[in-house]
Amino acid sequence: MNFKDTLLNGNEGLFKPASLTPMQKLALRFVVTGILFYGLTALEGMIMRVYQVKPIPTFNSEHYFSLLTAHPLVGIFGSSYSIVFGAFLFLVPFFMKKPLWSIKMGNWTFILVAGGTFVFWFSDFLTHFAPLYTLYWPLPADFTQFNPLSGSFFILGIAIVMVGTLLFVFNIFKTITYTPEGYEKVPGCAMLASATGFSWKESIFRRKSKRRENLVSLPVAAVARGTVDTLLNALIITFTGVLILVYMIAAVMGFNLEHSAIDALLYKNWFWWGLDLIADGLVLIFVAGTWYILATMISGKELYMARIARLALWVELVVSWTVWSHHLLSDQAQPGYLKVVSGELVTAFELITQGLAFFITLITLWSARPLKMTNPLKFLLGGLLGFGLAVPAGIIQADIGLNRILHNTQWIVGPHVHVAILVGLTMTLYSAIYLLLPILTNGAKLYSQKLANFHFWAHLTGGIGMGAFMGMAGLKGMLRRTIYYEGEYRIYMILAGICGALLFLAFLAFLYNIIMTVGIKGVFGIFTPAESDTKELLPENK
Amino acid sequence: MVNSELVLNGQTYAYTIYAIVVILFILGFAYQVTKPGKAGVLKTSLFVVLVVCLTVLGVSLHITTSKTIPWVPMDLNRADIKPDKVFNITVVKHQFQLPSDKLEMKKGDIVVFDVTSNDLTYGFGIFRQNKTMVCQMQVVPGHKNDLMWKFEESGTYTIRSTEYSGPEGHQMILKDVVIVNE
Repeated sequence: MNFKDTLLNGNEGLFKPASLTPMQKLALRFVVTGILFYGLTALEGMIMRVYQVKPIPTFNSEHYFSLLTAHPLVGIFGSSYSIVFGAFLFLVPFFMKKPLWSIKMGNWTFILVAGGTFVFWFSDFLTHFAPLYTLYWPLPADFTQFNPLSGSFFILGIAIVMVGTLLFVFNIFKTITYTPEGYEKVPGCAMLASATGFSWKESIFRRKSKRRENLVSLPVAAVARGTVDTLLNALIITFTGVLILVYMIAAVMGFNLEHSAIDALLYKNWFWWGLDLIADGLVLIFVAGTWYILATMISGKELYMARIARLALWVELVVSWTVWSHHLLSDQAQPGYLKVVSGELVTAFELITQGLAFFITLITLWSARPLKMTNPLKFLLGGLLGFGLAVPAGIIQADIGLNRILHNTQWIVGPHVHVAILVGLTMTLYSAIYLLLPILTNGAKLYSQKLANFHFWAHLTGGIGMGAFMGMAGLKGMLRRTIYYEGEYRIYMILAGICGALLFLAFLAFLYNIIMTVGIKGVFGIFTPAESDTKELLPENK
Repeated sequence: MVNSELVLNGQTYAYTIYAIVVILFILGFAYQVTKPGKAGVLKTSLFVVLVVCLTVLGVSLHITTSKTIPWVPMDLNRADIKPDKVFNITVVKHQFQLPSDKLEMKKGDIVVFDVTSNDLTYGFGIFRQNKTMVCQMQVVPGHKNDLMWKFEESGTYTIRSTEYSGPEGHQMILKDVVIVNE
């Protein structure tokens, strides 16, 4: 096939969108949209990297901080949520061997998450509403700096994403507990207890001979436990959004509500409790669950210490509800006992739970030795390395003594946040995408292995390098969320910028490779209605 | 003499060594897992040792820093420590309002920076001439924000906000306003 044919029809014309089931289309829609939002996040990141090297005169600070507000939110909701939701709406029915409860609801989740992300991004792009994702009270309601109307559209976009998220949560739990027509009746409550971990005593304290089998498999349990945090987080963000919206609508109508009616420290505790359900909850639980799924699918072996892995997921869930105070170690009014217990000690548990997931995954892979170094395997190892680097970096900053000299520096956002998300999470998601690509596309063949190799190395070195140079600048006192005009940390920012450019090139190589694999017609075909109305995951002949 | 610069240098070395070890470990694993050979089964006892090691590692960091970093016990017990000087600072509309043009103290004095915000959440950080951070805290409106500190070195220091408070916040810098005399 010549270049033009491949570009239009995909590699060897193997991808036929007409052959896809509604479920395959649903999963692919999420993945393609998630990849495109990742591209937008990466582009915004590159603009900010350039700005950190030398502020661009035509690009004022309002514009810069509006980018800084949109960048993580598009990355989390538009990209990571989309890819994860798409994968799990497909994998939960796959592992439970029954159809998704509602494909229609799945499609609504897709529309709301993608549409909501676009609304808040576009509102930010046009109006430069910039309270950052932290929204520290009363900044989002400070109408001397921000227009309440533009803020309302921003919050509306977030609210739309949250509605989509709640539909995802409902669909997942309903899929776990319902009995499809013609299937043997399943005990819904017991399934739910097994999935969320409320039957944990059963598997720990009962004798092995008397122990009953878990009703749901480990991958489904991982998804369910992460989804509990997804639910709680969506409720907190929705509540916070409504609170902010009340102030905004009042201001639009000419009333100025008192900021002091809300206690800024209580709000900060409440908001971080909810926000940490993403950072220290669903991300870590979903990632651990995805590692287990990938390790068993790549190795073809049972998961090593599956019972311990299941318990660790439950511990991670409980830990995620109690770690928020590590974000308030530099708040002097925060009670000392919360700083020590929640901020330091409980947070240190993440080293244990994530360390267990790390080793269980490696040992499972090792048990199938020798393995071929496939794309899913190499990206999985990259993801493991990412968290191997980022989790201890987080434990270091979650220390009362060290936080005093690290809080809000580039250390936090470099070696911890960016390495965790870009190397740890994103490479894990790439591993899943490379693994699921032939399954979701009914056998499409990857266009270029050389491009996949470049994608891997450029992403890995770019991600670790960027985090490292940001961290070095942070240790020299460079703050995050600020602008330096006198070239104070320029050498570090140039090096971080080069690594950022590598990351961006890696993304372009991946995007080009995927487009050439499925073709432009194939990409558009994913978004057209499916020809069959089967509830099955895969076509009957597969 | 333990100051924040020394702690940061120590952290740089420790984390760099750790990062190199983890990267080499994964590279080694990636190489070995593709080689032919029988995979040994890891004993449960070794797995338990791993859990204990992770626990010790996580907790020992905090125990070590609480015993070696001098500002940790001072911070946690600051209500019971009598300071040599207290500087009352107000922040409003992205401006620090100091009690005097310069905040002067002697090296070794225990001082308190008591910062009140009248509107937004800000940060309060003290920086050396070489831009490295001495210390910082959050400044939350409606609450007491008091940072107790003992300067171990004489010199001139800069105050700047360490928290984002809107697009104007990054210009909240007061150069060379903290003077620590011998």
